[in-house]
Amino acid sequence: MIEVKDVYYTYPNGIEALKGVSLTIHDGEFVAIMGQNGAGKTTLVKHFNGLLKPTKGEVLADGLNIRETSVAKLARNVGFVFQNPDHQLFCESVEEEIAFGLRNFGFEEALTKKRVEWALNLLDLARYRQTSPFLLSGGERKRVALASVLAWDPKTVVLDEPTIGQDHQQKEKLRQFIVQLNTQGKTVVVVTHDVEFVAESNPRVVLMAEGKIVADGLAVDILTNEELVAKASIVPPQISQIFLQLADLEFPTNIIDVYQARDILRKYWEAKQG
Amino acid sequence: MSVFSGFQFRRASTPIHNLDPRIKFVFVIAIFAVAIMFSELPILIILFFAQIPIVLVARVQKEWVRSMRGAAFLAVIIFVTNFGFSYIYGGYKFTPWLLEYSIALTLRFVVLVESFSVFFLTTSPDHLGLALEQSHVPYEFCFAFTTAVRFVPVLAEEAQTIMDAQKARGLELEKGNFLKRIRNYIPILIPLIVSAIRRSLELAEAMESRAWGAIKKRTNLYELKVKKGDFALMTLTAAILIIAVYVRLYVPIPSLTSLISH
Repeated sequence: MIEVKDVYYTYPNGIEALKGVSLTIHDGEFVAIMGQNGAGKTTLVKHFNGLLKPTKGEVLADGLNIRETSVAKLARNVGFVFQNPDHQLFCESVEEEIAFGLRNFGFEEALTKKRVEWALNLLDLARYRQTSPFLLSGGERKRVALASVLAWDPKTVVLDEPTIGQDHQQKEKLRQFIVQLNTQGKTVVVVTHDVEFVAESNPRVVLMAEGKIVADGLAVDILTNEELVAKASIVPPQISQIFLQLADLEFPTNIIDVYQARDILRKYWEAKQG
Repeated sequence: MSVFSGFQFRRASTPIHNLDPRIKFVFVIAIFAVAIMFSELPILIILFFAQIPIVLVARVQKEWVRSMRGAAFLAVIIFVTNFGFSYIYGGYKFTPWLLEYSIALTLRFVVLVESFSVFFLTTSPDHLGLALEQSHVPYEFCFAFTTAVRFVPVLAEEAQTIMDAQKARGLELEKGNFLKRIRNYIPILIPLIVSAIRRSLELAEAMESRAWGAIKKRTNLYELKVKKGDFALMTLTAAILIIAVYVRLYVPIPSLTSLISH
């Protein structure tokens, strides 16, 4: 469980990135943190594993005050996958790369081997075990980065902009993977401004703008609220935009799911025919 | 990364910022030379404080303090080594003069850092490139130089992100003995170097696609002109050098210890 209590954060250069944020993320939740660039999303999640310490206020990660706990200790429970895999890959082989975190956390050699094996298979990387991560494609590097964090089995996984630079197929695979992680009981926090990506899995959405949380609720309620999404400089998913504009036909306006939309339209059409 | 921020330029318009970078550079070299010429504490104290008005006029005091803080660590090392070694060689005898000498050598280093920090804080990379170009340095070198200067803050920021990413994977930079601590930086240096190389290749492609080097003889939109203030600084620099040489040759400098005890 991560508890954020009235947190303010000011960067050393004077930019005030968080202005009084309070948020509780329970175990096993799937949360998408959304908002425009510079809204404070990444700043907020960097508090979850203690990379940033609040200027004012308090953050508790599984009951530990992050101000007094080392990043290494917090990271054991809160895995953080950075936006750009090139910022963390440095080993000679994919295998070594995945083992790096495990060795840092003091896993025994036998267990390390087992976990590396598990992670390689989980992300379909087994055939690259001896390959240098620098020779892999962008999507594959991203998967290596993800594997290198999931390997130590953190309770919570934070993904910063996981969809950037990925094609649709990779994105869909990633989405299913995240959903699967979540059903297996992991707490998943995703920082993104990809509305379509969020709309397809309907998680809890925390909407941020200018260093504050402006809304918190289910994706289906938040992403279809034009006033709210405008505040965070995003647009509703395309399917919701259609239904918002068809409100005069007495269609429901809180639709983000394509299949649900199809059923409604089909019913409407059949009713007209009949 | 605070050491870098002490050298980071921010655009502003003050009398100091508007000086000709070539003459400003000569001034810095002059201060440098004077600091090397003297190892007497009183002179170095004067050199240190004489630059503060410049800092205030240029309104870079905040950044200046940061660069001084960045230099503090090395300054302490210089002080300890000098003091330690002269103490051992001097036959394990403590004298006030010994202390003064070690402080003077430390202050000499601080003065050098100070003068360069003031120069870089008040001179835009563009001006610097322009100055090089008008001193007939080949344009390729000028460009490489200005690009390097411009990318320092970018690299510093990137290093910070990489550090965060590796810390999030359980890397503890402060852990272990001396050798281990150095090895701890490998996971940070490799991604940093790789991304710098990648970035430079991208930059080269972007430049070539914009026909870099197509014209042999370049012209500039802005040209540096020596103005009244520059002449004043030039005169001041010459005066400082002449006085320094004269004092060095003909004036005995009292040590601070003897001044206090009289």
